[in-house]
Amino acid sequence: MESIVGYLTAAAQAAGGFIPWSAELEAAGRYGLSHREIEAAALKAGLVPARYARNIGTIGLEGQRALHRARVLVAGCGGLGGNVIEGLARLGVGSVVAVDPDAFDESNMNRQLLCTVESLGRPKAEEAARRVAQVNPAAIVTAVRARLGPDNADELLAACDLAIDALDSVSARVCLSEAAARRGIPFIHAAVAGWYGQASVQAPGSALVAGLYAGAGADGADRGEETRLGNQSYGPAFAAALEVAAACAILCGQGSGLSGRLLTWDLKAGSSAGFDL
Amino acid sequence: MQIAVKLFATLRDGRFESAPIELPIGALVSDAIEAAGVPPKDAAVVFVNGRHAEPGRPLSPGDAVAIFPPVGGG
Repeated sequence: MESIVGYLTAAAQAAGGFIPWSAELEAAGRYGLSHREIEAAALKAGLVPARYARNIGTIGLEGQRALHRARVLVAGCGGLGGNVIEGLARLGVGSVVAVDPDAFDESNMNRQLLCTVESLGRPKAEEAARRVAQVNPAAIVTAVRARLGPDNADELLAACDLAIDALDSVSARVCLSEAAARRGIPFIHAAVAGWYGQASVQAPGSALVAGLYAGAGADGADRGEETRLGNQSYGPAFAAALEVAAACAILCGQGSGLSGRLLTWDLKAGSSAGFDL
Repeated sequence: MQIAVKLFATLRDGRFESAPIELPIGALVSDAIEAAGVPPKDAAVVFVNGRHAEPGRPLSPGDAVAIFPPVGGG
């Protein structure tokens, strides 16, 4: 039997350059490999699955390889998290740890990508894994149904290259940002409320997010204006896109201009402002 | 001395977007927040001349102070 690389090379050539999904399916059966293993063999040999055809112009083969190798923690699988996980899976991030203690309820329906009439009542983290299996079977999701806090943050971050904030409380955010700093990995922050939002990248070892929220919580409040304004479909999707773009740039070694800066926006006014932290 | 205060997001409701504010020499960021009519707990993040600043930071004439409410949703 020809080698897996020989098979994939022939399949890519026959399809005009990229490996079609049909050949991945065939290879999985023929060689008894997972889609993740097939993708690893392909990228190592310089072959690109067709699902990434539109990635390469921006991130290149090396970028695609880096994404495949990456393990990213996404804390929260709600409004931000659902969109973030979807974006990471479509990019080709190889491994995602999806953390959320909750199950979907009807108030999530207006904005949370993974909330559907079918998923009502189901655990959010497990729905994230189900969705990724449909979108990109080469990506692995470890679903963790737990509340992120001081007792588990370090353990959850083990072996992760990057952490993404999709949380909805100040205390959990600061806790995860500090754990990311201890581990020496970047932490991508975003938060939303109605038309408004903010995003930033905390560089490895930095205390940026703790400093950003140092003025909050003094009155015991663990949340912000979202308790009054709620969140609608556009806010989390917009913020999640910024987070995924920053993750892509960082993992591909291109660096993010959000590092050490806070970008704020007003989606009704169509305005944004950036500040140094 | 005169400084420029710019309010963001919900802090504009019933107040202003940007306004010059007169403060005594030696005034602090916290004085600018008070003069803008923003309760201290609502001034979650403040920037002076584009850089993150604490409430106890002294201001200089012509400083631009940007004040944001707490945003924490996900």
